[in-house]
Amino acid sequence: MVVKMKDISKAFGPVKVLEGVEFELEPGEIHALMGENGAGKSTLMKILCGVYQADYGTIEISGRPVEIRNTKDAERHGIAIIHQELNLIPQLSVIDNLFLGREKHKGGVLDSRKMRELALEYLAHLGVKNIDPDMEAGKLSIGQQQMVEIAKALSLNAQVLIMDEPTAALTDREIEVLFGLMRDLKSRGVGIVYVSHRMEEIFEICDRISVLRDGQFVGQRVIKDTGFDEIVKLMVGREIGDRFPKRNVAIGKPRLKVGNLDDGHAISDISFEVHAGEVLGVAGLMGSGRSEIVRALFGASRRKSGDVWLDGEAIHINDPIAAIDHGIGFVTEDRKTQGLVLGMSVRENITLTHLAKLARGGVVNGGDENGEVAGLIERLKIRTRDAELDVKSLSGGNQQKVVFAKWLGIAPKVLFLDEPTRGVDVGGKAEIYQIINELAASGVAIVMVSSELPEVLSMSDRILVMHQGRQAGIFDAKTATQETIMHAATGGQ
Amino acid sequence: MSPQTKATLQKLGPLIALVIMSVVLAAMSPDFLTVGNLLNVLRQVSINALIAFGMTFVILLAGIDLSVGSVLALSAALMAGLMGGGMNPVAATMVGLIAGAAMGLLNGLIVTKGKVAPFIATLGTMTLYRGWTMVYTNGSPMTGFNSDFIYMLGSGYVFGIVPIPVVITLVVFGALWFVLKKTVFGRHVYAVGGNPEASKLSGVKVDRVQLWVYSLSGLMAALAGAILTSRLNSAQPTAGAGYELDAIAAVVIGGTSLAGGRGWIVGTLIGAVLLGVLNNGLNLLGVSSFYQQVIKGIIILLAVLIDRAGKK
Repeated sequence: MVVKMKDISKAFGPVKVLEGVEFELEPGEIHALMGENGAGKSTLMKILCGVYQADYGTIEISGRPVEIRNTKDAERHGIAIIHQELNLIPQLSVIDNLFLGREKHKGGVLDSRKMRELALEYLAHLGVKNIDPDMEAGKLSIGQQQMVEIAKALSLNAQVLIMDEPTAALTDREIEVLFGLMRDLKSRGVGIVYVSHRMEEIFEICDRISVLRDGQFVGQRVIKDTGFDEIVKLMVGREIGDRFPKRNVAIGKPRLKVGNLDDGHAISDISFEVHAGEVLGVAGLMGSGRSEIVRALFGASRRKSGDVWLDGEAIHINDPIAAIDHGIGFVTEDRKTQGLVLGMSVRENITLTHLAKLARGGVVNGGDENGEVAGLIERLKIRTRDAELDVKSLSGGNQQKVVFAKWLGIAPKVLFLDEPTRGVDVGGKAEIYQIINELAASGVAIVMVSSELPEVLSMSDRILVMHQGRQAGIFDAKTATQETIMHAATGGQ
Repeated sequence: MSPQTKATLQKLGPLIALVIMSVVLAAMSPDFLTVGNLLNVLRQVSINALIAFGMTFVILLAGIDLSVGSVLALSAALMAGLMGGGMNPVAATMVGLIAGAAMGLLNGLIVTKGKVAPFIATLGTMTLYRGWTMVYTNGSPMTGFNSDFIYMLGSGYVFGIVPIPVVITLVVFGALWFVLKKTVFGRHVYAVGGNPEASKLSGVKVDRVQLWVYSLSGLMAALAGAILTSRLNSAQPTAGAGYELDAIAAVVIGGTSLAGGRGWIVGTLIGAVLLGVLNNGLNLLGVSSFYQQVIKGIIILLAVLIDRAGKK
């Protein structure tokens, strides 16, 4: 069925989020919806699946105008959405989740046998074999949870599937499985809306692309006839220059040296050196122990054994406080749960790592604090009306810059970055890369964990590749390719 | 209305409610708006206010301290027992305060080291400390202190007019306001309450902040206990029962979020005064104590519902 959204407008209070937006989806196509954070993609999709109602405009399905007032209406029209934040209830089993809200029953008593049969059928239909339907959903990997969500959508006989950043937390292998599944659905005539920031994926899997900017529809292209630069220009309304800005830094003396690091469960035998001014990328599949390296070194998780030297001196770090005292900073993977105190202001978040330095006798010097915060906001070009605003009111990219500002405040010698651009839009990414380059230029040694291979290859000087908790090798980024990295990451020699 | 004005108005909601309530009471009862009555109200409020100040810190950490009433009783009994045994009243009061802080510290240790939810941990110690009080006092009141210090602490006046408990409450309020607003420790209380994981990864000593806060809550309960004992010139084994609920009510009416990380101690002071004025006014109007409970319950629910509505 063909879905057409015409002249859609939506405002929240005085803020216009969408203005006269057009969108169409044909059966059997994968249609990318792109735009920077805040462009209105999510709102548009929430209107299509009944979470919000448009203030103005119409939705047509197979040529007939329809009203979608709630998610039940959307389901009835065969529209299903898979949210970025997965909506499974972790304590319930896969089966219970699949049938949540529409349980099969006989006179109020659950018909477990029927539900199990159907669940197995749905999962088999997707070609998913490794999911135990009795397992608690929370114990599945993110990729498996996503499969369950897709199975749920298909069990509703969805003809239109909206996927909001489905690959953000998937391993590369899981992404391949997901793409295979999407192609299969496409061949069966399902229309898929694909919302993502990952350009490579869009060019790999999508047929058409629609771009939003500031709540307005700016264009639609056929993927075959367009390219990276054109899409980015549509999205940001200007050229962003180099996607990965160049860095020209003389690499200095070794700063951080790690020998035989072992955390007792996820990683062992990790040894490497990072020099002043150098970016060491850490690549590997999800679950290979990438993040565990930096978490163990920072004292965020327990370390069983291993030696660490900073500027030639042996150091012992058992908790984050010790790491910070030694001048080590850590931009964590998930800024909402680990990086920021969302209910606090930009100012309070920035100075949280080093407030004692801005205080005398335990009393904070307001002038010093404001001065420092103003300086960092200016230096990192954090876009906020006021340092007193709650940090949660900022865009993803600006929130991430606040996390960087936090760590610049301790004048770091070594900085660990775990997925530094996750959930950040194209324009914001380029700015964060620029910040990384400037930090390297000032002599900071950087260890950057990333699941985005183009990012690792372009931003690193050397790349440590992880495979099943051990290091598969360290490669020179100038000569490494995506293939060599993937080869090592999947256990090839 | 800009979001800032709206936020300020919402913050001032309890104060506006207090003013309206006072105006109505003044119109209905000629006895309400007299200096004597108002100072009397404030003296009654001081006990709950002090406990609620400590509770504000605990609730900012997304915790709760149900043991404050029992801490009050046990520390007061200890103080009375020591005086009865001949100890200098000032020294005995100090020991009582330290004992209160120690009981709070134990709460904190159970929460941080034992990783027990604050509700459960303090539910346990609430019973434990109360039981201990009964054992120590053998279930009977301890009474008869002949001490100027104790008389002054409970019933004395500064400048012949302002009750000493009121003065103590205001001084403590000022000090704790400063701690929350201006110090590294105060900032860390908000941060830990808002996001303990991010705080830990930012180098905040999360456990230590919690230990200090629970100790403070115990100390405040013991201070309230010392004042109550001095006022009554006796330590009752059942003293303070149910006080934790009044303190929580004052904190919540004042706009501090039970989810942690958000709130202010000024609101708590207003909340405590509001509850005190309500009590006093209803007494003056001759409303039965049964109906007083009903009205108090409605006020607490209204405060929270208005707070909810404002956040949408």
